[in-house]
Amino acid sequence: MNSVDLTVKIGSLTLTNPILLASGTVGYGNEIAEFIDLNKIGGIVTKSLSLKPRKGNPPQRIVETPSGMLNAIGLQNVGVEEFLKEKIPFLKQYDVPLICNIAASSIEEYVECTRLLTTEDFIKAFEINVSCPNVKEGGLQFGNNPIAVGIITQKVKAVTNKPVIVKLSPNVSYISEFAKVVKDNGGDAVSAINTLVGTSFNINTRKPKIHNVFGGLSGPAIKPIALAKVLEIKQKVDIPIIGIGGIMNWKDVVEFMIVGASAVQIGTLNFIDPTASIKMIPEVEQYCLENNITQISELTGSYSSQK
Amino acid sequence: MFIYNSAIEKIIALENNIFLLKAHCPEIASTIQPGQFLNIKVSETTFPLLRRPFSVCDVEGDSIFIMFNILGEGTKLLQKKHIGDTLNIIGPLGNGFSLGGNFETAVIVAGGLGSAPFPYFIKKLNMDKKIACFVGGKSEHDVIQYGMRNVKVSTDDGSLGFKGNVVELLQQELSSYEYSKIKIFGCGPTAMLRSLREFTIKNNIECEVSTECAMACGFGICMGCPTESAKQNDKYLLVCKDGPVFNVKDVVI
Repeated sequence: MNSVDLTVKIGSLTLTNPILLASGTVGYGNEIAEFIDLNKIGGIVTKSLSLKPRKGNPPQRIVETPSGMLNAIGLQNVGVEEFLKEKIPFLKQYDVPLICNIAASSIEEYVECTRLLTTEDFIKAFEINVSCPNVKEGGLQFGNNPIAVGIITQKVKAVTNKPVIVKLSPNVSYISEFAKVVKDNGGDAVSAINTLVGTSFNINTRKPKIHNVFGGLSGPAIKPIALAKVLEIKQKVDIPIIGIGGIMNWKDVVEFMIVGASAVQIGTLNFIDPTASIKMIPEVEQYCLENNITQISELTGSYSSQK
Repeated sequence: MFIYNSAIEKIIALENNIFLLKAHCPEIASTIQPGQFLNIKVSETTFPLLRRPFSVCDVEGDSIFIMFNILGEGTKLLQKKHIGDTLNIIGPLGNGFSLGGNFETAVIVAGGLGSAPFPYFIKKLNMDKKIACFVGGKSEHDVIQYGMRNVKVSTDDGSLGFKGNVVELLQQELSSYEYSKIKIFGCGPTAMLRSLREFTIKNNIECEVSTECAMACGFGICMGCPTESAKQNDKYLLVCKDGPVFNVKDVVI
């Protein structure tokens, strides 16, 4: 019987399959573990961690939009210290690559978080969030500034030997310029895309529906935009891409890989069907079998330019 | 927590655009507690994208009931469902009401659709407890007495029962010597829960309230449903996981 090799490499990081769970949609793994076997997933990206705990934004944090949702959680998280002490032990029961997402308010904080976390062997890579649209300081302020993204990439790389993935903002004119900066400063990969800035108002009260006014749009509504951003990076910069944005089924995974993603992350879908990510793995494998693909990375960037 | 497709067995129209939906889900029915909730995908498409949370209204054998009104697109779709259609349900979710304790009488205070969790609550309450229900609404059309017992009614416009809000009615009807013998269980609009909180804390009456907040997942991963903690200023509680039922002293409403 033919078989498909689903393993993918992101820099020095090897994943048993290309389907990861996206930051901010799996907490620290314990809740979703009630629904799926975490050993089977390609990897988990933690909720963004900051040096100190963050309370996050007041309610309302979420509003549904056509085929999407806006969120402004405000990076609520337990902080690095509690993460290492209280949250990692649960994840260590599983044989799953753990990628720590870091969100900070200053360059120094990104470096300090990485320095503290990198000593933990169970953490296999870092995803640097330079693109959260929902906090006043940091976040987009860095994500919109290629010089800052370059400095953060370089300084974080200097304190860890583990792969550094930079999660890029789509709220820029040319995302590929940022991917290039990441590559030039030693970054191992990019994740694309983070959420798009959006808002929603109540027409009766004329007030914003979410407390933060602006939120990040996610869900299937953003998939075409995410695909275009991945393709733009693929065409301009030679760097591994983790595709994110509105994946709802295995076909979306394949589509992201065709336009250039080496792996993908499942985000908003985890809220709707926490079991969906696992179910896609054999479905993607079946697609590969039917298309005579023996190593899944053959799919990456395999788009046809014929019109 | 379970997740599965559950067949709709019945949709019953009560008065005033209130509906009861009965669905077959044995695992949830045998474990769910009053005050816990279900997060339900009302369509198989991305319209609407997110699940809708409903508190369990009643349990009968292998089936659960939810109560809803037509409020938005999700509930509009739900009302149009047919017997045999399936709904994808996650549950039981969150923490329910405490059924035990030293109180003699369970005093239920419900506003509008806040009546939803109490039919099952009343069914599961220990036989030795007495029950008194205070049910309020803006007008008579908003008063839901389904499954309630020993009911006193209030309406803001005076179209039915006491004219005023349900907490005012409660204060008028309760005599202070009863305060130590009762426990209040509340569910309803935020303004109602806020005045119920004020009243019960001032008079040192035991009270649990069921709260609500917009949420996506319902089980703690989206962190979309924070509520202010009364005890810890530096972090929020999550309505879905730490609630939706809280001791009134633990939250700021």
